[in-house]
Amino acid sequence: MATLNLCEWEVKRVKQLAKSIADQVQGFINQYSSVSVERTVLRLYGVDGVDKDGVPLVNRLVDILKHSDRLVGGASYPFAATMVATGRDAQTTAEMIVNGEITYDELHGNLISDILEKEDQLVASALVKLDTTKERKKKKQELFGIPPQPWRYIIVATGNIYEDRTQAKSAVQAGADMIAVIRSTAQSLLDYVPYGATTEGYGGTYATQENFRIMRKALDEISEKEERYIRLVNYSSGLCMAEIAACAALEDLDVLLNDSMYGILFRDINMKRTFIDQFFSRLICARAGIIINTGEDNYLTTSDAMEKAYTVTASDLINEAMAKKANLTEDLLGLGHAFEIDPKIENAFLCEIAHAQLCRELFPNSPIKYMPPTKHKSTDVFYSHCLDTMFNLASVLTNQGIHLAGLLTEAIHTPLMMDRYQSLKSMDYVFRIAKDLGSEIEFKSDGFIERRAKQVLDKVNVFLGEIDKKGLMTLIEEGRFADIKRPVNGGKGLEGVFKKGWNYSNPIMDKLVLEGGSK
Amino acid sequence: MKPYGDTLNDGIIQLAFTLPVECSEKAKKAAEKYVSMLNFKNISVVHAKMIADGFTYFVVYAEAIPDLDYSTVEAAELKTEYMDFYKINEIIKEKIGRKLVAVGATIGTDAHTVGIDAIMNMKGYHGNFGLERYSGFQAYNMGAQVTIKELLDKAVEVSADAILVSQTVTQKDAHIKNFSQFIQLVNEYKLRDRFIILAGGARVDNSLAVKLGYDAGFGRGAVASQAASFIVNKFLEKNHD
Repeated sequence: MATLNLCEWEVKRVKQLAKSIADQVQGFINQYSSVSVERTVLRLYGVDGVDKDGVPLVNRLVDILKHSDRLVGGASYPFAATMVATGRDAQTTAEMIVNGEITYDELHGNLISDILEKEDQLVASALVKLDTTKERKKKKQELFGIPPQPWRYIIVATGNIYEDRTQAKSAVQAGADMIAVIRSTAQSLLDYVPYGATTEGYGGTYATQENFRIMRKALDEISEKEERYIRLVNYSSGLCMAEIAACAALEDLDVLLNDSMYGILFRDINMKRTFIDQFFSRLICARAGIIINTGEDNYLTTSDAMEKAYTVTASDLINEAMAKKANLTEDLLGLGHAFEIDPKIENAFLCEIAHAQLCRELFPNSPIKYMPPTKHKSTDVFYSHCLDTMFNLASVLTNQGIHLAGLLTEAIHTPLMMDRYQSLKSMDYVFRIAKDLGSEIEFKSDGFIERRAKQVLDKVNVFLGEIDKKGLMTLIEEGRFADIKRPVNGGKGLEGVFKKGWNYSNPIMDKLVLEGGSK
Repeated sequence: MKPYGDTLNDGIIQLAFTLPVECSEKAKKAAEKYVSMLNFKNISVVHAKMIADGFTYFVVYAEAIPDLDYSTVEAAELKTEYMDFYKINEIIKEKIGRKLVAVGATIGTDAHTVGIDAIMNMKGYHGNFGLERYSGFQAYNMGAQVTIKELLDKAVEVSADAILVSQTVTQKDAHIKNFSQFIQLVNEYKLRDRFIILAGGARVDNSLAVKLGYDAGFGRGAVASQAASFIVNKFLEKNHD
């Protein structure tokens, strides 16, 4: 196996620095919660559906607490109290609250012991749901078989979930192992999760629990037919990270795009909100056995891939350290990077291999996610197809985990059925003819590739040292990731952040922190 | 004239498309027949392959029948003299004597800032600095998901000379709708003459922009110095006494 001969001491040091950075952020996270975290608790307790105006019931409930200044105690305890008072299930109780049949912001004179007992029951049944989804997925994987890595990852995005289903099936028949339904433009900025099956969207299809269910069912059918387990991917980013994670867990999704910083940088979501929400979302992923995919590839769409390669690696390390805080195990970390170096640069391919191999060696147990060229794609589709072919070669050579299909029409339109076919055909070809290339070659000692990787790692070391000293939030304020500056109290969603009160209760989070992914 | 393969006026075109039928001899005949209906002759269906249940992909070579008289073609070519970063700043300083004010945004629900950032941000694109870097420009980049009203209000507030409107999402022609709505709003307020208005985006070209009522359009690969050159030249033309 070709390796880069990285300095063990340096690898250890960057991991320690990342951990120290994550520790600092975690100190902040532990003191705060958000409206989205509280809505997630209610979803896990079994509250679903919308009111007559289409507002999700969980939003209505959390707003009630917010308006009566009771939110600092969390949504769990008063909800358990109200359930004791109604004697009904969670959904019925929520409907009664919304219909004005019972109040939510008082404890109805129940005994504390009864309320705590109800909370325990709610938590236990929520955990059973998360454990069951993990079990179900495992059984299906055993039954249908897991395809070898790199997993061929294809995105569909028609706006209509039923049309997506057709596109997804054809992609699977052409060889795809993972299907993502890209979300409608700007869903990340909605402070609620849309409801029901949807057939209208712009640039993508809304992520709703019902849409998840429809797609999962279709993929189960095709998994059986094709005799390999097809993973379903969606996006747990934006203002509803944890809520989407809950909906996704309940519908057996396998992978969620989930980054500790992406929303801050690329969607201008408040950084406090993002840090708080990502933690709870990842706790859910850890328990439900959902792989997270991080979004470092996006850095290279705004910054130069040579100059800022170290920010990708640094962010991968921070994402890993923060994910471990949320009990995610290494096998669930689809840390991201990308093939985005300017093709006009001589030996660009050697640098791509150096970057990809560095990522592989820093995270040897993780299904790292490799993203195709986009920035330097041309409207000359034949030339673009060549770029993707080289990307495929770099991927198989460096043994990547999750491989997003590059598309020859990237620079033109949302892919047509035949565009995906071309892409899958190229992957199939390259992955087969170069299958064991990586284990057959060695990198020249102190050669170009080895030196490039070391150069990047040295920069990572310095950069993480600086972040550790100044704090991650300060560095983001200074615009050191992706050349984008985000003030700590700027961006969307800050109004949904609150400091936990002395009486704050979130027993399901406590359990997830304590028990992690284990049953 | 006709498309060129390897001999003048041979009319050769390569086509790739999918038909919603199972792959069979009949499907190949159908592909050939369909291409003949598009005004082609000597059609060779060189490749046919099932790419999903009930879908077949074809590669076809054929000779196009129609002739085109090139002199009858009209297009709105962007007629502006391109200058570099230094030249632009120099001209603004000498001939205008104040900074030109430019406001840019991606309008509607489109969340993509890649286009507007390439033109406006300090860093620019492909080593070509963005408007923020120009000493001759005061640039305001409002980012993405800006409503048309917010953009126009900002342009009025800062007395903009130029407005740059970006659109990346083109599904269901969302970009056309958004571009048109902005111009309509500007017209409603009778402010069209006050601004130089540019449209930008991966699927924009100058002809489309001019058709929609913009002064110019910039497509994929366009850089800030091109937009800046246009703004400066247009400004001088508008204010020529």
